[in-house]
Amino acid sequence: MSALQPSELDRPTLARDRSAADADLKSVSAALRRAEFGDRMRSLLLAAPLLVLLALSFGIPIVLLLSRAVYDPTIADALPKTTVALAGWNGQGLPGDDAFAALAADLKDNQAKGTAYELAKSLNARLPGARSQLLKTVRKLENADGQAALDAVKSVPFWSAPTTWPAIRSGTNSLTSFYLLSALDLRWNADGGVERVPPEQAIFIQVFLRTFFVAASVTLATLILAFPLAYLIANVPKGLAAILIVAVLLPFWTSILVRTAAWTVLLQKFGLVNDFLLLIGVTSDRLDLMYSRIGLIIAMTHIQLPFTLLPIYSVMRTIPPSQMKAAYSLGARPFTAFRRIYIPQVFPGVMAGCMLTFILCLGYYITPALIGGASDQLISNFIANYVNVELNWEMAAALSFILLVFTLALFGIFARVLGLDRLKLV
Amino acid sequence: MTQLRKTFLALAAATAFVTIAGAAFADELSIMASGGAWQDAQRKAWFEPFSKETGAKILEQEYLGDLGKVKAMVETGNVPIDLVTVETATVLQGCDAGILERLDYSKIGPRDKFIEGSALDCGVGLDAYGDILAYDPTVLKEAPTSVLDLFDTTKFPGKRAMRKFPAQNLEWALMADGVAPADVYKVLATPEGVDRAFKKLDTIKKDIVWWDAGAQPAQLLASKEVVMTTAWNGRIQNAIDTDKKPFKIVWNNQILEYDMIAIPKGARNPELAYKYLAYISKPENNAKLASYITYGPVRTDAASFVAADALPKLPNAPDHLAGAYLVADTEFWGDYGEDLVKRFNAWLAQ
Amino acid sequence: MLLSPYPTTGERIRITLLWIWCGLVILFLLVPILIPVPLSFNSGAFFIFPLEGLSTRWYEVVLGTQRWQSAIGNSLIVAFGTTLIATTLGTLTAIALSDEKFPGRRIIMPLLLSPLIVPVVITAVGSYLFYARVGLASTYAGIILAHTALASPFVVVTVGASLTGFDRNLMRAAAISGARPLTSFFRVMLPLILPGVLSGAAFAFVTSFDEVVVVQFLASAGQRTMPLEMFIGLREKLSPAITAAATLMMGLSILLLLVANLLARRGRKAPA
Repeated sequence: MSALQPSELDRPTLARDRSAADADLKSVSAALRRAEFGDRMRSLLLAAPLLVLLALSFGIPIVLLLSRAVYDPTIADALPKTTVALAGWNGQGLPGDDAFAALAADLKDNQAKGTAYELAKSLNARLPGARSQLLKTVRKLENADGQAALDAVKSVPFWSAPTTWPAIRSGTNSLTSFYLLSALDLRWNADGGVERVPPEQAIFIQVFLRTFFVAASVTLATLILAFPLAYLIANVPKGLAAILIVAVLLPFWTSILVRTAAWTVLLQKFGLVNDFLLLIGVTSDRLDLMYSRIGLIIAMTHIQLPFTLLPIYSVMRTIPPSQMKAAYSLGARPFTAFRRIYIPQVFPGVMAGCMLTFILCLGYYITPALIGGASDQLISNFIANYVNVELNWEMAAALSFILLVFTLALFGIFARVLGLDRLKLV
Repeated sequence: MTQLRKTFLALAAATAFVTIAGAAFADELSIMASGGAWQDAQRKAWFEPFSKETGAKILEQEYLGDLGKVKAMVETGNVPIDLVTVETATVLQGCDAGILERLDYSKIGPRDKFIEGSALDCGVGLDAYGDILAYDPTVLKEAPTSVLDLFDTTKFPGKRAMRKFPAQNLEWALMADGVAPADVYKVLATPEGVDRAFKKLDTIKKDIVWWDAGAQPAQLLASKEVVMTTAWNGRIQNAIDTDKKPFKIVWNNQILEYDMIAIPKGARNPELAYKYLAYISKPENNAKLASYITYGPVRTDAASFVAADALPKLPNAPDHLAGAYLVADTEFWGDYGEDLVKRFNAWLAQ
Repeated sequence: MLLSPYPTTGERIRITLLWIWCGLVILFLLVPILIPVPLSFNSGAFFIFPLEGLSTRWYEVVLGTQRWQSAIGNSLIVAFGTTLIATTLGTLTAIALSDEKFPGRRIIMPLLLSPLIVPVVITAVGSYLFYARVGLASTYAGIILAHTALASPFVVVTVGASLTGFDRNLMRAAAISGARPLTSFFRVMLPLILPGVLSGAAFAFVTSFDEVVVVQFLASAGQRTMPLEMFIGLREKLSPAITAAATLMMGLSILLLLVANLLARRGRKAPA
């Protein structure tokens, strides 16, 4: 707009004209704003149905569930008296007898309400070994009141251990960073600082790195396989292209369980791949392809190939062949034309395909469970285990939250570096 | 807009229908079981006769063997199932998490008539199965004589498959390291004992293929991917009987476990559920399942009711208890399970 | 179009290599999905070669039982419902987002992708907890809604990618020539972005058609789908019936594509 502004050189004598011009200008820019506003509203209206649908069907449920990573009121709800008694404790050494007495009373209440086991499980997640100690204490408390109850709690050495009370106090705070820290192999130490957990318990960072590594390997492998094929399909006559597309889409009709089982048949020790390798003499011994990282990557590459290929192909289809012809006729050599004219235009499709494959790989868990070895399990295997087997949804939520943040951050960086913004992708 | 309204009306109608459907049917018993041949056997042995006897209709719902969905049901207060069949470890988890009903045994049967460890607070045993060792004699020239031969890689070289779970594996590791069966859980309750078990597992870690789903061991043997595998006895027996595989089962040092059935908290029809539990816990009924699948009864007084031809294949047949064996200590796994699973997963990942 | 007008020897070699490479990739794509075909005729119950004998027993299981039939039906209902909603809404959203002036584009795009990033088991539990409270658990509508959330990002991404090459001036030109917005969408924009829309639809379809975790939570016996049927009993036995089901689905899809192709050709031949 600034170009249309009246210049400084305008003379005061032209004030009348100028104000008229101003008025014109105002009406033009108002019209432009109106038009732009209309465009925006139309865009918003176009996007609204999906955004509203996603907010309701996905956004609300996920936010509610993921909030469990930081909000866990189980212990606070189960230990109201202890919570009050600990309010005055400075966190050093052991709390006073009032805290022990409050704990005894709370434990008796839980036993009466039948929630002692839930409390024990919840505390055990934060303080290994707490479950059996707590239940033992509850049994001792059965017929004890007043001083006897206090003595009963004190007679269990566990309640006088240095790590116990800090853990209880942090548990009585419903808003907790415990699960998020655990998901990063971190924990609070006795001094209130954050430290790494001992190496024999530290797994998640390693698993996150492994998940990203496998996802990146599979993405790269699919790109190498898919790009030439997409190029071929986009440039052969229609009939042949249709047949090739059917070949690419055929795997979609086969359940992932069936495809995984098929790879088992292929990769196993006395499977077809090993038979073939022996036959052509590449190897002299049967390879252990099953339950290995390489087997997992091969199977995942197969399942993901169409996801990388189709976006690339659909963009290649929109590039008119006349462009390349024009480049040739202007004297560009094939390779130069390809690199300078073709690749930049296909780039959005490549990014879209790779992005889909990378993200989808992060969520794999059936294939790693059936084809990967013990050290090839991905983060979703752990999350599924927390959800279905250990019933520790707080931990599952924390791991998912970290995964979401890591992935979005990775894309943020990627978008910056590659300037994806201009490509309207991210 | 009208389209949108129509959709909403349809949704509302669907909602109303579901609510009505949920409110009715007092005479229906909804049982969630994990499918397959095991559920077929239960249908023949228990579902159908119970239905005939009481007039109650049995609705079968399959699930994939995990408790996550039951927890979700209990949390939302909308529990469309009355009974769920689960593993022992799952009963303990669900009991602690407060999603399974604490059972009133006065409505089921005398608790002391169940084999030790098969009548839990939140679950009652359905059948007994054995964690055994299976191998293919056409592949393995020398026959293993005990499950503990898993740990002998000089005599039995090659890959062996074990379940991706600490229970049983830690027990076997300690026994292979010289701990007497009677002392296994005492030793495993100490940190040194746990270290000792993992150290023993370390010696064969690189030779282990881990299985997850119960279908895998037989497949692994059939494809010769492994030379031996731990397994649930019923699966291997099924491969021998119906699929004519030449597999052999090693019973010496087997670990006995129980399949369980439980009532989720907030079940619609707990009275009928108890009636069903009482029905299947009668010794004569409890023994019936063995005629359809090779899992044994959990009542101590049911042995005499087991069909004569079914008996020799059961894990708790006298012949199979002649050697060493271990009864899985459910109380131990209730106390230490969560910590050991964590440690096991970390150990696997390293 | 593969060759430039005056190909050199080097170029011919490159194109030959391209064909060989693509042949290998197609082989890599097809061999694993053809493996189940012979296995489905295996009389034995295991996934191994050589076959123990020929039999159609697994087809009898799949075609002869009510359970499998209703599972296939349920799968198709859910998958087509999901594909329809996700493709329509996803395409509209992609068009809206391709406008650089769209407010908050940079924030909305990552949010749209999050259904793909959040592990599906979390989505399943979250949806169940919420849907059960509003009466959508154990309904087709609930499953289709949850699947739409999982499937629509594919459509947005693929359509978005094909829109990057789209020149918006074409729409302005159409508008100036007097075309109404809807007409110019169908006559100008859609033909150009169609490959992207169809790719997105294919992704949406397979996302729903092959999804088992959300279904496991949201479906009751009435909405049991084919993947769920395949996973049931995994604790007991990996039944070769799943290979028969897979073979049938593949045959069906090839048949459908052939029919569609024939119809398209006949349509083209008919006088306009």
